[in-house]
Amino acid sequence: MATYASIKYDMDLASSATGTGALTLLSTQTASSSSTISFTSGIDSTYKEYVFKFYDIHPNGNAKQFKFQVDTGTNTSYNQTLTTSTFTAYHNEDDDSTSLGYNDVDHAQGTGFQHLSISTGNDNDQTVSGTLHLYDPSNTTFVKHFLARSSTYTANDHCYDLYVGGYFNTTTALTRVQFKYDGDTIDAGVIKMYGVS
Amino acid sequence: MATYQNSRYNIALPSGAGGAITLIKTITASSDSTISFVNGASDVVLDSTYRTYIFKWINIHPGNDSVHFSFNGSDDTSSHSYNITKTSTHFEALLYEGDTGAALQYNTAGDLAQSTGVQSLGRGVGNDNDQATSGELWLFNPSSTTFVKHFMHRDSVAHDGNGNFQNHVAGYFNTTAAITAIQFTFSGGNIDSGTIKLYGIT
Repeated sequence: MATYASIKYDMDLASSATGTGALTLLSTQTASSSSTISFTSGIDSTYKEYVFKFYDIHPNGNAKQFKFQVDTGTNTSYNQTLTTSTFTAYHNEDDDSTSLGYNDVDHAQGTGFQHLSISTGNDNDQTVSGTLHLYDPSNTTFVKHFLARSSTYTANDHCYDLYVGGYFNTTTALTRVQFKYDGDTIDAGVIKMYGVS
Repeated sequence: MATYQNSRYNIALPSGAGGAITLIKTITASSDSTISFVNGASDVVLDSTYRTYIFKWINIHPGNDSVHFSFNGSDDTSSHSYNITKTSTHFEALLYEGDTGAALQYNTAGDLAQSTGVQSLGRGVGNDNDQATSGELWLFNPSSTTFVKHFMHRDSVAHDGNGNFQNHVAGYFNTTAAITAIQFTFSGGNIDSGTIKLYGIT
């Protein structure tokens, strides 16, 4: 008769079962007429990569820019120096306007918030969704790279595909990330933060 | 008495086991001329276990200035030679810290047309103390013996000219042999430091 010990591992594991699930959900925040959404804990040396997924971020006002910035320690200024490159593809619902090109929603050693959307509309069904990857924020040797991509339903009924790449030009550890609509509130939406093992 | 049915899943799984993204291998560079992920060696899995593999690199810092972080593949089962024929596209968005050079452009120096040479990923990586590149490479179905093997990449580079280069590469290994190993290099000098992780997606 099979014993417990002999049948204990009789299950359908992948052959690489020594590996572990690599994506860990760390935090979920739901907007409700929020001026900002900030992740102020859990960003440390535990993970070499953090992923923020933002779902259906809906602005209160029309044609608003969804943006992010970071800060160090317990600071709340969210004004770290960054250099970024940005480009977009777009297409409108009337099918008479398309483009692919550099879009200067970038920063050259700026300290402002970085665009993650282009003119998000506030019709009931208009939002932006996307992903932001932040690499090794606790590193104290190198600049901090990030990559983002989003899809926006714009105020003038375009689909905008925005790509952002860049770095925070600091060797100080980053500990917090803040999202906001420029000059407006986040009416609704969800942002999740994951750590990648 | 416990039956097979009710004891079958009584197992202490590692945290997160069974998740769709599985960490297979982490390699940390230390003045290495190459970093290789070889199926069956050092716990590396690069076969039909997964349909999609992701390589993620964090803060890859070169020993030399203005060099290209690159990769190639092997279809050997031992004594690997990294020289698979590839065809690819390469484009980049860039901006220098002085707010000059903003561009989105195809990069003919970075693409390949039936070449067995390395595929450059992040180009012109600087080696100032705080400069490095981070990004990822997706490799699809490397064990297929019917089709070519597609790959896609995106990264962020701290360029030697003091700016951000955002590189995008896509292409395929033009072989129906299984890809059994992937090797990363710089176009000159060593990989001074940094981490590369290999994941499988179920």
